[in-house]
Amino acid sequence: MSLLAEPLVAILLTGMLVGTSAALLGSFLVLRGNSMLADAISHSILFGIAVAWLLSGQTSGPVQIAGAALSGVLAVFLIETLTRTRRLRDDAATGLVFPALFSAGVVLINVTARDVHLDEHTVLLGEVGFVWLDTVTVAGVELPRAMLATGVMLLLDAAFVLAFYKALKLATFDPDLARALGLAPGIIFYAHLALVSGTAVAAFDAVGVVLFITFVVVPPATAYLLTRRLLPMIVLAMLIAALSAPLGYALAIALNVSIGGSMALANGPFLLLAYGWRRWRQQRHSARAMATQSGSPSA
Amino acid sequence: MAAMDPPAEERPSARWALHTEDLTVSYGDRPALWDIDLNIPPGVLAGVIGPNGAGKSTLLKAVLGLVPLSAGHVRLFGRRYREQRQRVGYVPQRSSVDWDFPTTAVDVVTMGLYGQLGWLRWPGRRERDQALRALEEVGMETLADRQISELSGGQQQRVFIARALVQQPDILLLDEPMAGVDATTERSIIEILGRLRDEGRTIILVHHDLQTVQRYFDWLVFLNVRVIAAGPIDSVYTARNLRRAYGGQVALLDEGGRPTEASDDAGAAD
Amino acid sequence: MPALLTDYTLQTVLLGAVLIGVISGVLGSFAVLRRQSLLGDTLSHAALPGVCIGFMVAGARDLGSIMGGALVTAVAAALMTVAITRHTRLKMDAGLAATLSLGFALGVVLLTWIQSRGGAAQAGLDSFLFGQAAATTRADLYPMLGLVGISLLGVVVLWKPLKLMTFDPTFAAVAGLPVHRLEALLTAMIALAVVTGLQMVGVVLMTAMVIAPGAAARQWCGSLLGMVVLSAVLGAVAGAVGGLASALAPGLSTGPLIVLTATLIALISLLVAPHRGLIPQWYRQRRRRQSTSTDRILGTLYELAREHDDWRYRVEQGAVDAYHGMVTEPQLVALAERGLVTPVDHLPDEGPHWQLTEAGVDHAAAREARQRGRRRSRS
Repeated sequence: MSLLAEPLVAILLTGMLVGTSAALLGSFLVLRGNSMLADAISHSILFGIAVAWLLSGQTSGPVQIAGAALSGVLAVFLIETLTRTRRLRDDAATGLVFPALFSAGVVLINVTARDVHLDEHTVLLGEVGFVWLDTVTVAGVELPRAMLATGVMLLLDAAFVLAFYKALKLATFDPDLARALGLAPGIIFYAHLALVSGTAVAAFDAVGVVLFITFVVVPPATAYLLTRRLLPMIVLAMLIAALSAPLGYALAIALNVSIGGSMALANGPFLLLAYGWRRWRQQRHSARAMATQSGSPSA
Repeated sequence: MAAMDPPAEERPSARWALHTEDLTVSYGDRPALWDIDLNIPPGVLAGVIGPNGAGKSTLLKAVLGLVPLSAGHVRLFGRRYREQRQRVGYVPQRSSVDWDFPTTAVDVVTMGLYGQLGWLRWPGRRERDQALRALEEVGMETLADRQISELSGGQQQRVFIARALVQQPDILLLDEPMAGVDATTERSIIEILGRLRDEGRTIILVHHDLQTVQRYFDWLVFLNVRVIAAGPIDSVYTARNLRRAYGGQVALLDEGGRPTEASDDAGAAD
Repeated sequence: MPALLTDYTLQTVLLGAVLIGVISGVLGSFAVLRRQSLLGDTLSHAALPGVCIGFMVAGARDLGSIMGGALVTAVAAALMTVAITRHTRLKMDAGLAATLSLGFALGVVLLTWIQSRGGAAQAGLDSFLFGQAAATTRADLYPMLGLVGISLLGVVVLWKPLKLMTFDPTFAAVAGLPVHRLEALLTAMIALAVVTGLQMVGVVLMTAMVIAPGAAARQWCGSLLGMVVLSAVLGAVAGAVGGLASALAPGLSTGPLIVLTATLIALISLLVAPHRGLIPQWYRQRRRRQSTSTDRILGTLYELAREHDDWRYRVEQGAVDAYHGMVTEPQLVALAERGLVTPVDHLPDEGPHWQLTEAGVDHAAAREARQRGRRRSRS
């Protein structure tokens, strides 16, 4: 057995790969004010996973991941279409689309995939504890399938962000200027969400789709409170996500609970600490402002 | 049945910094801009004024291709915008972006160069120097590394102007740059714009304060869905045009002998 | 069917599903109108840890304490969202998504903790994810009924302030209403609705029950009262149909079936509701297209030509479309066939252009003279 297929290494590495890629893409979602799209996408891919499974009998593999990821993009497209009819606000459109796709996925699985590997609980919750059981051999190295999938997604995500960093940044900050300068923010937007979707599909084996949202939103939100530059924010977010994986793993072993769940939960203390630090600084700041005010002769 | 454009320099529109013909933009079932024929010469500081909902911002967005045109066309020095994006600087309304975005003043200014850098190149030292020079032009060089949320409204506005200046544009389009800034900032902004005009650049500015119109501009466009009047300030800034622009609803067409102005007495002008 | 309706379990399921539909329909209307649809999503995901805590406290699968626990953590999540967004630069969406996901993660950890400690009763907790109607007993209906009663009473008592706050929160604040406290109360009531549905619809999908009936009712009704009542009815129908379907087809989770029914109702409403529906709108537009005479389009071209002081003025089709707010190509083609207008060439970045022919100018001028004459004789 190769080192990468050792259970401990496999679990930790897969968790960290999921976390860092989610935090990387999530930073732009949080800044754009679209955090709930992560929620919508990660629920909606259940439909795609179910359909991909129905058609191919598989849930992993590049074609399956790309196909299932399409349903996340489909969800975003449906939300935009519904909003454009001006009969619904975007929040209601979001809340209408993703539960429907998720429900359709559950029903499909209920009807066709009883008693097999795929069930809605796995998709929802994942089980990173078992990733080392399912391995593939690439270039003579045996490694877990989920690790391969999430690793490839991380590379794709990083390549996308590095290559289109400027366009992503401007499309997030000022889409009108991005369009005026010819940087096609609409295409960037969909490409970004397609990657979020693909990463969610690759991650469902490990942490499950709902817990994936935690990694997309919480580390970037935490980093946003701690730094005021974009690049440090992204790096910090990825760092927090990477730290949460081993922390969560330790917690899971100690309490004998879901590893994916506690990896996600381990992001929580970081957010609370950042929030506390912000509040403390605010209060110290206002206290000092009051002190200088009362000390000045004009007051 | 598409005909070819003649070469840019032979077109009659090449004389004008901004030339629009039959420009119509429609949101849903009502036109936001109707049949706009405009000619603004190079080297003027032009104001676009009109009541709320007159389509002032839409006009700038139509020039930049940010909204689809229902009809008509726009030419800048005889050419289409997308053939010469670098020549046009755009200062959107300050409220159109999130000032909590984690970035600095100099970084925002550098964004103005993203178009020139193309898709893949990252900004480097040269771009930073250019951005610092643009900040200097608006008197903001000392605050270059400030987080943008820590800037005052007037300072944010100047950063936005610097972001357009860094492109060295021949035409500058500004959407209500005086909104929500203090009197000092407003004075310094108009000073900067006057200097740019004197350098031969064309400045087109959406404005809402009628009291300063005569002092600020040398060219004026009265807009209320359609062009009410446009031309040199002295010949256009008249009580009659003010009334026509601000006097309530304007009919798009005199169809079937309807009166052109539905009501002429609502004194919306202030 | 009659035999089915007298079936004890089925009656219980139907009653429960109807209760859920009614309460989430009523409170969801406010959430939809206040653009807070996704609050329900956060509340329901964050109810999961409460379900586990309620179970641990009671030591058994007691619905009362489970609902109590769920209510507590859901409201705590809402408070956390408010704290995060009010005191930091983080926006509402990030606050909602963060508390939603962390709450759910905590729920999963607690759920597996209970499972790892064994105990036969834990088996039922899993069903709170997607809902299991069959697990509902007659005794479970009482706490649900209680929650529905409390929230409906709350809505009736607070009707006027809630209405004002929904339509114009600024005015409500100016008028002296305690807007913050009312908002908190409304959030708590939405949490009540979410908690009511946990057992049958499940935490993952309860959000759809908060949104779909309200979104559907909005299409039919212009008034708040009408919308709330219809939303309750549509919610009840969705609950009953979905509940019935899952009872008839064992193996299918109840939550998804109820949600799919509710979504279907919302989609149908979007399509066919008389005023706002997309199909009636399309039909009205088509009627208008057909009833707009070619003569009126010719008149528009004529006026445009006059405005431009040029009888040979080339009018872009898009301008005529914008003026009439519809596609005018059929009329222009018909006019061309009568020899009144003719297509002309245009710039590559523009659309098709048309020009009046001499016959067209004459025809339009004669029509206008007739109209002026008629108008004069009338006045």
